[in-house]
Amino acid sequence: MVKKKNSLVLGKINELGNMVYKSIKKKKLPELKMPLRALSNVKYDPKNGFFELIGKMKERTLTASTIKTFAQTLRMMALSKELIEQDDIATKREAYYVSKNWAEARFNEQPESDTVMDDFEAMMMVNREQIGFIPEEKGGEIAGRLIVIDKDRDTGKPIKIDCTKFGSGAYSIPISVEELKFETQAKFILAIETAGMFQRLVKHNYWKKTNCILVSMGGVPTRACRRFIRRLSDDKKLPVYVFTDGDPYGYGSIYRTLKVGSGNAAHINKYFCVPQAKFIGVTPQDIVDYKLPSHPLKDVDLKKIKDLIKNDPFIQHHKEWQKALKHMYQSKVRAEQQALAKHGLNFVISDYLPKKLKNPTSWLP
Amino acid sequence: MANNDPVAIELAKMQRDISIASFFEKNRHLLGFDNPRKALLTTIKEAVDNSLDACEEADMLPEISVEVIEMSENKFKVIVEDNGPGIIKKQIPHIFARLLYGSKFFKLSQSRGQQGIGISASVMYSQLTTGKSAKITSKIGPKYPAHFYKLRIDTQKNKPEIIKEEVVEWEKDHGTKVELDLEGSYQKGDQSIDQYLKQTAIINPHVTLIYQPPKGEQLMFARATEIMPKKPREIKPHPYGVEIGKLIGMLKLTDSKTLQSFLMKEFSRVGPGTAKQVCENSFLLPNTKPRSINREMAEKLIEGIKKTKIISPPTDCISPIGEDLLEKGLRKEINAEFYCSVTRPPGVYRGNPFVIEAGIAYGGDQGSDNPIKIMRYANRVPLLYQQGSCAINKSVVNTIWRNYGLSQSRGALPVGPMTLVVHIASVWVPFTSESKEAIAHYPEIIQEIKRALQECGRKLGLYVNKKRRIKFESKKRDYIRTFIPHIGAALKDLIHISDSEEKEVENLLAVALERSRGNLEEVGVIDNPDYDEELAAIGKEKKQDDDFEGEDQENNSDKEDKQTTLEGVK
Repeated sequence: MVKKKNSLVLGKINELGNMVYKSIKKKKLPELKMPLRALSNVKYDPKNGFFELIGKMKERTLTASTIKTFAQTLRMMALSKELIEQDDIATKREAYYVSKNWAEARFNEQPESDTVMDDFEAMMMVNREQIGFIPEEKGGEIAGRLIVIDKDRDTGKPIKIDCTKFGSGAYSIPISVEELKFETQAKFILAIETAGMFQRLVKHNYWKKTNCILVSMGGVPTRACRRFIRRLSDDKKLPVYVFTDGDPYGYGSIYRTLKVGSGNAAHINKYFCVPQAKFIGVTPQDIVDYKLPSHPLKDVDLKKIKDLIKNDPFIQHHKEWQKALKHMYQSKVRAEQQALAKHGLNFVISDYLPKKLKNPTSWLP
Repeated sequence: MANNDPVAIELAKMQRDISIASFFEKNRHLLGFDNPRKALLTTIKEAVDNSLDACEEADMLPEISVEVIEMSENKFKVIVEDNGPGIIKKQIPHIFARLLYGSKFFKLSQSRGQQGIGISASVMYSQLTTGKSAKITSKIGPKYPAHFYKLRIDTQKNKPEIIKEEVVEWEKDHGTKVELDLEGSYQKGDQSIDQYLKQTAIINPHVTLIYQPPKGEQLMFARATEIMPKKPREIKPHPYGVEIGKLIGMLKLTDSKTLQSFLMKEFSRVGPGTAKQVCENSFLLPNTKPRSINREMAEKLIEGIKKTKIISPPTDCISPIGEDLLEKGLRKEINAEFYCSVTRPPGVYRGNPFVIEAGIAYGGDQGSDNPIKIMRYANRVPLLYQQGSCAINKSVVNTIWRNYGLSQSRGALPVGPMTLVVHIASVWVPFTSESKEAIAHYPEIIQEIKRALQECGRKLGLYVNKKRRIKFESKKRDYIRTFIPHIGAALKDLIHISDSEEKEVENLLAVALERSRGNLEEVGVIDNPDYDEELAAIGKEKKQDDDFEGEDQENNSDKEDKQTTLEGVK
């Protein structure tokens, strides 16, 4: 199964290499086409539930502005091929260091190599693990009524990991979640933005009281985290509730990316999205209803709200979101999850979450 | 009794005629003899200008030799000899030993000399500084004798004084030779005789000049063409240019019987209709006798002329150098990347027609951190002094050169690798002084020079922009090319092509790149077969003083070095 997938990828890399070579032989300028990775190149259809590409392409060839990345893309492809053939992996950072051998074609900063990698990935329409590259960042953490079935690295025998048994700690989502299996009796998944709030809920055994699985996303969820939640939710038919700070970043970046994916990685959103996710808080209305201590919005926040309303196909689709964002724009304040502590440290457990979970009308789509 | 006489009577005893020659004695700077170096140049310039005018008037291809001999530290002998038409015996003393005597002042025709002062002023300067007489030899044809004169000027009477007069043997068919001794100073470099002769040769390609400097080898500027410049035509003055004094003089001298016929005969562009209208506008009868017109009437006449619409003077009387020759001259002198030149249509100031020509040599060997160099010419004579007060300079400063790719601060000459040539040709070039070094600031002239400069400037701007664009494009291509080997290397890893295929990929990509981006025109390349290195070097030598200073400094530092070494040994 793994081998077959790999040979498909290798075949495609080979095909691209030959295409470039052939056009050079015909004395033409070779070019590489890849999907434009941006919000302007996605549409949102709630029936499918994620951002889909609408087919805008960008081109790299022998022009002053694209030659360097053209050469870098080819070299990145060669590196990828080597990794797959040797069944090895490279982190994004390692790939950046490998490029230091490429003389003038080397990357000066890692974001440049990340971009070329993402473009290559989009060109192949695969996830980066399939072309041999892995991210450094952690995938997120899990606590609650869940048994994850992984494999022993040496023997290949299944290992059962009981997520109730990490005490005050938590299970880390691995980088690749495709082979994992699950066993659970939980009733829902609660995805939380901040590690601080996650800690509070773990400490007070929230998952035990409510029979749920807690996920700490730690900011914008990684691909692994998104895929983990998606597979778990699909597998066990569990609803997914999302709990973030009440600010444009929590709405537009964290929740939106978890639910429908991003413009940047639109070619793989199909697998890395959780369309069934619901947003329970903190909503702009919560800030008012719970009289939460707030912070004034900065210019960047206001700009982000405007941008979301104007350019984000997901927000554009949902009137409720537009209303909520306009509300926030007018009130000019934001509130953090932890602001609930104003009413007592455990107010979130005793009052806020139970009340919110019972009342779907207070959610956002 | 004597004490009671009015003071005026006493004063009157000291009042008398000032001869023009005495005036000059005191004001020689007005004629270009302010210092020994300039005096030497002015003397040669006056003699050469006269020779050229004479040859051209007689339709003879000029061949002029100039010799400067150093007699003592500050005394020089200058010998200028031409193959011109010569001067008839009777006229020789007047032309060379009488100020303000000549033919050119009274007629309006494009010529180098204008006033009839130049050569006689040189004779006077020679006389003043060395006490020696001028020696003139002239012959008007193979069958005529050559006359030799030793002349002085009687400065009181402004009359020639003949010291010696004889018939001599001269192998020449015709021509004139002037020999003057004078106080001077010989230097090379800017504003030198060398430079003046070179610039004269450049702008007068039909002239052969042979020059023997006081030191070093003879220089020969051979003619580049056998074709004489179109002969300028003499014209009558235009009514708009006439001033009251001149008008009164003309009225006295005319043969015409009536005012109307006077106007028609003595002025250009005045027909019977125009003449009648002038009379009407002046409230004078057309049949008034010219001699009966007094000052008041003359003033009315001037007013009447101003009120009357009279068409511009004829302009075909002017003989410009021409765009091609101007550019060719520049090419000989300067090794540049870009040349252009323009001859403007004729303009008119104070009733005098004139033509402005300009040329540009840009880039190449020229340094880009200095103000541009300006070569000025008036009626084919190079102007070497007083650039700052010349109308040409003002026009250059007033033109906005930044639009054409040069840098320029407000009210200053532009800075950049450029030489500019401006020539004004006119039946009467208005100089700021008798030494004929700077052109007067007539608005019409300044405007016309500016237009010529702008016309050249626009072409220059196109070139500079194109050069910038091509430079940018070539930079881009170089940048793209640096990545071609990476494509080859990546393909080698990707699809395992051989080393030779990798090389082929690199070659094919280079070809495809050139083809897709089009031919890259080469600019900034100096392609100038006309450039004459030897010629260009003339007049550009460093002044000798500078060299000595340099050596002195080196010697000093040597000494210092030795001293420190000695101290160190101790």
